[in-house]
Order: sequence, then structure tokens, then C-alpha cells
Amino acid sequence: MESTQFKVGDRVFKSRLIVGTGKYASFEQTRDAIAASGAEMITLAVRRIELDKAKDSILNFLDPKIYSFLPNTAGCFTVKEAVMTCQLAREAGLGNMVKVEVIGDEKTLFPDNEATLEASRILVKDGFQVLPYCTDDVVLCKKLEGVGCSAVMPLAAPIGSGLGVCNPFNIKLILEAVKVPVIVDAGVGTASDACRAMELGVAGLLMNTAIAGAKDPIKMAYAMKSAVECGRQAFEAGRIPKKLYASASSPINGLIDV
Amino acid sequence: MNEPNIGLNLTEFFFKVLLKINGHDKNIYSSSNLAELLCELEIASPHCAVALNQEVVPSSKLDQTKIREGDNIEIVHAVGGGL
Repeated sequence: MESTQFKVGDRVFKSRLIVGTGKYASFEQTRDAIAASGAEMITLAVRRIELDKAKDSILNFLDPKIYSFLPNTAGCFTVKEAVMTCQLAREAGLGNMVKVEVIGDEKTLFPDNEATLEASRILVKDGFQVLPYCTDDVVLCKKLEGVGCSAVMPLAAPIGSGLGVCNPFNIKLILEAVKVPVIVDAGVGTASDACRAMELGVAGLLMNTAIAGAKDPIKMAYAMKSAVECGRQAFEAGRIPKKLYASASSPINGLIDV
Repeated sequence: MNEPNIGLNLTEFFFKVLLKINGHDKNIYSSSNLAELLCELEIASPHCAVALNQEVVPSSKLDQTKIREGDNIEIVHAVGGGL
């Protein structure tokens, strides 16, 4: 049985998993892991072309007819850098949906929420569909929705940390507070983390390191694909409430007399 | 009539333009606009974008955008990346 479709901005996907394309050993491994993940939207970074080197491009391995691109502003520390990076990505033909991240702290890679909000505001006005990476803060997510973001992407835990969803209660509160899709972005470590995040009811999940950094990235990509599907189906199915005491699942009547 | 030998390569003298491209000084010899510059640098990728002096140049206007001595140019493309 298939889960419901994943809609974000003007795009519709079957897969609720969005994957990054960084940290792989080769372009071939990137291609194979992404294929195994079943993801339909993939993130890309924007960087200077190295003028004196061979210019093979990752885009020779990722067919734009198959994948929807989500260029990011990874590495940007200011509003100006983030806005310009998105504008460059659009001119490079990577589309108008962007993952905005403005980093505020090098050690934790936590976002500068104030700058993220400002960059998002400017980019929405400039015609972009903005998906901002942010902390798991209800008030901030409401503000990001208020400036016209197409989704909000609170972190589960610090980027690349693999700690899983550290504060599921905040994610639940965000789900209640905004109408735009909530996508958990960053911090997932293994399949159970992905499943648990999806069970909370988030619309999607974005990850990179958990797959690319695994001993066998392609096998982990399969695992994440399954985990995201399982978690979503469990959410849609509706779990039983947690109770302190037992509740028998066999009939109480008709027991033999001994 | 023979050209007087003044000890200079005339082509280089007249057409050489010094630009800063992706943070490095680079002499350019045959380009007068950004589209020609990408050709001269042998950048064939359709998925690249250019900023001139901190302003993003629309891809449709690369051939109308002149380059001048001292211009600061950024040429970028997509690379693998996640978060």
C-alpha cells in the first residue's frame, strides 16, 4: 500500500526522503546511493569552478529528468552570501526551489535564525520557493511561514551528528503550529531515527551524512528508503495510545474450566 | 612597410585584460564579454553561473556583459553537497 504523496511548493513526489549529494567517495557512488534511496529531490551545493582542473560535473551522473534539484546555501554565514548563492544557482539552471541555510556557529553548525529569516524574506520576494534549515523552534517556524517559505526544515540534531531526533516534542509542536510542510533536516544517524521522525508526522526527511558516511552507503540508502516509508505508513495508520497496564488481545470469554 | 620593433607583442599589448577570477589574477587575451570569457576558459558546462563585481549576471545576458580591466568575476557550478 502506498503512502500519500509528498507536496512541497509546486512539486509533488512519491518519496518523502530528500538526500544530499556530498561526502561520497565518487560520483559513481553518489549516483548509486541516491538511486537506492529512492529519493526524487536531491540537494546540491554551489561552488567555484576550478579553472585549471578537469571539469567533470556531478550533473553528468544525476539526470535532471529523474531528479528534482534543491540547491543549498551550505557554507554561507551571511544573508548576502546566501541570497547571492541562490541567485547563482537559479542562473546555473538548478531551478527556483532552494534550501536556505545561514550558519551561525562553526562548531555546532547551528543556523543563524535571524539571518535565515531575513534571507528567506528576500528570496521569497525574488521569486524563489524557499525551504529554510532552522532550529526546532515553534516561533521561528511560524515567522518563516509568515514570510512565505514553502516549508520549514527544523533540525533533528546538529548536522552530521547522527544523534537522531533530540526533541520530538518540539517537532510535534511545530507540526501543530504551521500549515506548510515540516521537513526534518539534519541529525539522523540510522534507520530507526528516520522511522521515528516520520512517525511524528513530518512531511519529509532530508539527510546526507547518515547515508554517505555509512560503511556501505548503498545498503544504508535502501535502509533509509524503507525506514521513511515505514514511519510514514505507521503515522498514517495511526498508532495505539501508550498505556501503563496490559490489555489482552485474546477474548476474555470462552476460557476452559479446569 | 615594416612595423617598427618596439619590443612588445602588439596583440598582448592591446588586448590583454587582467581580471580576478575565482580569487585568482588571470590574464585574458581574446574576450570582450562574459560569454566569450567562458569559451576562452574552456568552460562548456551549461550548469554554471557568473557574478561580476558581486552582482549575479542573468545567464541570458552573458554575451551582452562587457568585461573590463580589474573586474572581479566568480564562476560557479553545482557540486555534491547536503547540509
